[in-house]
Amino acid sequence: MTFFLVSSAIKVFVVFNLIMVGVALLTLLERRVCAWMQDRLGPNRVGPQGILQPAADGLKNFLKEETSPAMADKTLFTLAPIVSFVPALLTFGVIPFAAPLPTRWGVVPMVVADLPVGFLYILAISSLGVYGIVLAGWSSNNKYALLGGLRASAQMISYEIALGMSTVAVILLAGNVTLSQVIAQQQQALWFVIPLTVAFLIFFISALAETNRLPFDLPEAEGELIAGYHTEYSSMKFSMFYIAEYSNMVTASALMATLFFGGWDIPFTSWDSTGDPSLVKTLATLAVFGLKTFVFLFTYIWVRWTLPRFRYDQLMALGWKVLLPLVLLYITLLAVAIWFVRIRLGWDYGPGMAWVLGGLNLVLLIVLAWWLDRGRIVSGSVPQEAA
Amino acid sequence: MQPYIQFLMLLGMAVIAGTTMIVASHFLGPRRPTEVKERPYESGMPPLGSAHERFSVKFYLVAVLFILFDIETVFLIPWAVIFMGTGTLTTGFLLVEMLVFMLILFVGYVYVWKRGAFQWD
Repeated sequence: MTFFLVSSAIKVFVVFNLIMVGVALLTLLERRVCAWMQDRLGPNRVGPQGILQPAADGLKNFLKEETSPAMADKTLFTLAPIVSFVPALLTFGVIPFAAPLPTRWGVVPMVVADLPVGFLYILAISSLGVYGIVLAGWSSNNKYALLGGLRASAQMISYEIALGMSTVAVILLAGNVTLSQVIAQQQQALWFVIPLTVAFLIFFISALAETNRLPFDLPEAEGELIAGYHTEYSSMKFSMFYIAEYSNMVTASALMATLFFGGWDIPFTSWDSTGDPSLVKTLATLAVFGLKTFVFLFTYIWVRWTLPRFRYDQLMALGWKVLLPLVLLYITLLAVAIWFVRIRLGWDYGPGMAWVLGGLNLVLLIVLAWWLDRGRIVSGSVPQEAA
Repeated sequence: MQPYIQFLMLLGMAVIAGTTMIVASHFLGPRRPTEVKERPYESGMPPLGSAHERFSVKFYLVAVLFILFDIETVFLIPWAVIFMGTGTLTTGFLLVEMLVFMLILFVGYVYVWKRGAFQWD
């Protein structure tokens, strides 16, 4: 029991601080990548390559003056950043980030809390973040903040449906909601991105909307709403919303890596998941997991500096009229396909079934691209013959 | 129970960190309020009226629809967990069960769409 408590406390402390440092570096990465894409230099003065810039920003935010608008609800105004910050840092807790680590006193699973409810926990806790945003918008006594908060909540709950539904497809194949089991199932056969490509795309789009990132950053559309729900916030309270947003991004990226790209699984070898646990395995799988998460984080930033923002009605229409029916149809098709393969062909889940489902996904993707495009982008960019 | 103890540890850590940040910045930062500084920001103009005004009923509609479809997700998850398993229910029965559920939901979805609940302009 002592070993359990001590190892858990160390894990909690290390993971919590790693996320905080990761978030700090991510803010720097975002600015540097943005600068690189726009052919500028970006922050590079504080420390080598600007590596200490986040520390300077953090210190500055601690020392800045707090303002609180007149007539604001002081209690809710102070509470809102905490309500937004806490769930954002809690969600990472159930994601396994490496192979188990052997120590002199026993094997330590490399996940903060391997809850049996696993994925449901992430859905539940990440929804709580909406409260922070709504409370911030409401308590500020500012019209921009109120509009930003309302928009954010409407957007987040709309895309949460598509997000939750696309993971029903993952649970369908994994047969379990515990994330360590989801990873184990992917190590047996194929990463779920092959049999569930369409679900992955829907998950990715919804995750962009859930974290309020471009092209879905309507809640803080600076051209119309100043800064959205955190217009009235300053100093560390503002910074906490920022940390919450970026740690949501980290969690979403880690979740995409876990659900669809095998988590800490090293591809093309079963060395990492079989045999005795060792320190080398833990470090190697940790590095692979970090790399996968980084790829998605980079994609987030890349998307942000590439695409323009949606209009509000387009955003809601995409969520309710495209993604929702699409994912319902997809789950139905997937269930029928699994039934056919299992009962008619008599195969159990394995690489064979995964490849059959992968083929189905490929066909669906082609149909989708053709239907969504309808001669607008792909064929529209080809010069037309003069009639 | 063990994972929940770890969860409580993480919760405690996050709450303590969040509170510390707020309290620390409250005491570290200067505090020189003026009348203009405390005014709600409205692009430099004196604010007109209260910000707690009525807002569009569309937002309530989204919330109600969200509850409906989110509960559908909640119902689908247990179904998805046992679909590949080897329980007492056969895969064929589970498939038909889900198709009936989806059909009922689809009728509701079409109704909501035709009533114009998905119109934002």
